[in-house]
Amino acid sequence: MRVSAVVRSEVMPEYRFVAEGFEDAVRKFEEQKPEAEVKTQFVIPEKDFNTAGKGSSELKNLLKRLGVDSVVLRRIAVASYEAEINVAAHSKGGIMYSTVYDDLIHVRFEDEGPGIANIEQAMTPGYSTADDLVRELGFGAGLGLPNIKKNSDAMRLVSAAGSCTKLEFLIYFAKIS
Amino acid sequence: MIKLSEYIAAIDGENHTPALDPDEILISGAYVSDMLSDVMGSAKPEQVWITIMKHLNVIAVASMTGIPAIIFAKGHAPDAAVCDKALEESICLISSKHETFDLAGTLYKLLGK
Repeated sequence: MRVSAVVRSEVMPEYRFVAEGFEDAVRKFEEQKPEAEVKTQFVIPEKDFNTAGKGSSELKNLLKRLGVDSVVLRRIAVASYEAEINVAAHSKGGIMYSTVYDDLIHVRFEDEGPGIANIEQAMTPGYSTADDLVRELGFGAGLGLPNIKKNSDAMRLVSAAGSCTKLEFLIYFAKIS
Repeated sequence: MIKLSEYIAAIDGENHTPALDPDEILISGAYVSDMLSDVMGSAKPEQVWITIMKHLNVIAVASMTGIPAIIFAKGHAPDAAVCDKALEESICLISSKHETFDLAGTLYKLLGK
């Protein structure tokens, strides 16, 4: 069974997703916080669609050098690129933090707002609040967040109108047996 | 699978990245879309991407998705900055005067589908 739900916490609405079979691994990761192998950080400026994507591109090259399987690499690249485009398209700018561990990657995006009014709606394929500039580029199909979810083993989105948005995902380098 | 070069010949295509040899690129099909997230969500490696979008982000999308070649329909040609970026990412850029329907149909036939 896939676990996904919008949790109305006291702090901020949150969307969590853990892919089938990864529940124990994700719980263990969150509890134990293993030591990172490599950390990188990229600034994503508002509405700068040439800079957005650099972080994902560098990350992809780094993981390729580390020998990550090409199918997994593609999932990481797509999820991370979609998230970078989201930050550039919808926020006042933000930062992408990548942390490479022995067996997985953790990528976190934090922006400067203005936040997501309705997370459930934002997660619905086809729903988009993108402006004309973003749509002219061919983004704004309302598939960004669904694509991130589809390619992740775990994902968490925390946001509210008037706040910053935090998005993070985990992708394991090998299938959990 | 066919060679990209065979497809280029069939669509009167022009290679904007001559440093990449289309004889060495094998393709198994195409994905046709102008919505970038749709491509990232559904296109598969070894498929060419047929589109009329030709800005810089298209190269990033192809790179992230593992697409080996982009076919620009209706005579749309990429500018030099886009070609340079494509070369960096080893993505072959082809333009053709034909429309998307014909470009997809020609490949479909070539693949014997």
